[in-house]
Amino acid sequence: MHAVHAAAPDRQPWLPRLGWTLGAAAAARLLWQALTVWTGWVSPARFPTPAEVGVALRQIAIDGYGNARLHEHVLRSVLLVTMGFVVASSVGVVLGLAMGSSRRIEALVNPVFLVLRPIPPLAWIPLAIVWLGLGDAAKLMVIFVSAFVPSVINSYTGVRQIDTPMFEAAAMLNVRGWRYWKEVLIPGAMPSIFTGLRLSLQASWTTLVAAELVGAVAGLGSILNQGAQDIYPAMILVGMASVALCGWLMTVGLGRLERWVMPWRAVA
Amino acid sequence: MIGPALERNEMLRLTVAGSVAFLALWTLAAWAGLTSRQFLPTPWEVVARMGELIVQPFAGFTLGAHLLSSLQRFAMGFVLAVLVGIPLGLAMAYFRGVDRLVTPLFEAVRFVAPIAWVPFAALWFGTGIGGPVLIIFMGAFPPVLINTYRGAKFVDRKYIEAARMLGASALRTITQVLLPAAVPSIVAGLRISAGLGWQSLVGAELIVASSGVGYMMVKGQAAVSTATVMSGMIAIGLVGLLIDVALRRVQRRIERQRGL
Repeated sequence: MHAVHAAAPDRQPWLPRLGWTLGAAAAARLLWQALTVWTGWVSPARFPTPAEVGVALRQIAIDGYGNARLHEHVLRSVLLVTMGFVVASSVGVVLGLAMGSSRRIEALVNPVFLVLRPIPPLAWIPLAIVWLGLGDAAKLMVIFVSAFVPSVINSYTGVRQIDTPMFEAAAMLNVRGWRYWKEVLIPGAMPSIFTGLRLSLQASWTTLVAAELVGAVAGLGSILNQGAQDIYPAMILVGMASVALCGWLMTVGLGRLERWVMPWRAVA
Repeated sequence: MIGPALERNEMLRLTVAGSVAFLALWTLAAWAGLTSRQFLPTPWEVVARMGELIVQPFAGFTLGAHLLSSLQRFAMGFVLAVLVGIPLGLAMAYFRGVDRLVTPLFEAVRFVAPIAWVPFAALWFGTGIGGPVLIIFMGAFPPVLINTYRGAKFVDRKYIEAARMLGASALRTITQVLLPAAVPSIVAGLRISAGLGWQSLVGAELIVASSGVGYMMVKGQAAVSTATVMSGMIAIGLVGLLIDVALRRVQRRIERQRGL
């Protein structure tokens, strides 16, 4: 028992951990109430009171705000990210695996990649708007670009990290073609591929929110945008919380998928 | 192992072939006249535009001046993130109570994309310097905190116990035992932070700023000048790369000193 504790210093049983989390949340809630309502140190024009946030939440959930109701905003953003992310990461993973498994392909593609890689995803937004306007096509383009790069890099790294004996065994057993991909490259690179997918998902979510902030008909970013224009702090906070919650849920979902795909790896 | 490294000649040939193919495709697409040249300039038109931007002011400043104002904001936000992140990370690693209280709050805030702070940044700071700095801070802060915390947490307990037994105060234990041990991890975190901070800055400048490369790109977008937008992208990419290279050198040096 003691040894286990020493190995993982910050893993406590779940009940006390939950207790501390709830405690921290309650403390934050009290502090919030104290600052905005009881003492009035923070003016409501700068940060909303808890009650205002409740009102804003009810308003957007029932009557709608910024052209749509909350679940419609959420659905739209999540759907866009999912579409862009799935397409970009499928293409990216295949390209990354190909670059990893062939030095020729690597040499051929690398120069282009070296140029594109340092450009931050957010910097593609103005270009997407010039080319495709403010609609969904532009959003998909920026999501694609931001999800693409991390999935290529990490799939590539994943292949290069496979142990040499694995390749030797595959060569000796004459494993080629589709079987080589299915039984050597993909499983071998899988842990690194998932690292890339996590980064891709985060990047595409952030970029979508930014793109919607710059201009959109609906979506979580447009709640933020509309809230900023109306100077409606409570609604801004609702928007931020929704962004965080959706981002968190998608990350958790990807973690589940990771465990399902790689049951042999105990994910910490 | 994926076959032997390519011969020098072949490597060079393929690299050149890849670059040429990319530029040729781009140029052909521009020449094909599917869209106007304003939407899709040729590569050398972008280079020429970049040269122009360096000399002539666009959106109020030359490219150099825009970059300088971006870098200034970046430095402020980044330094702020370091000044808050390192002490807080050390405190969390040393005092269990701080850890238990801060971790849940931090986890909750971390999932808010830095760019989602833009409305509050505008509300709190208007168009002042504070807005972009807040957003860079939100981007750069988490990796510093996490890496400091992890670096300090993995210090062997017996060193901490030895220091305490020899009468070192909490502050002294933190600064003389935890901090030095955490330095490699902290520096690795700084690299990630700088990258995220620089990215967030660009996003912030697209929305709340009246100078900087991001602002220049927005103006280019409004003027439907694709070449200007692409020049901005190149400039941002290059500077981001330079920042990363500089930090990587620091990291290498520290790792070598530590014999890692």
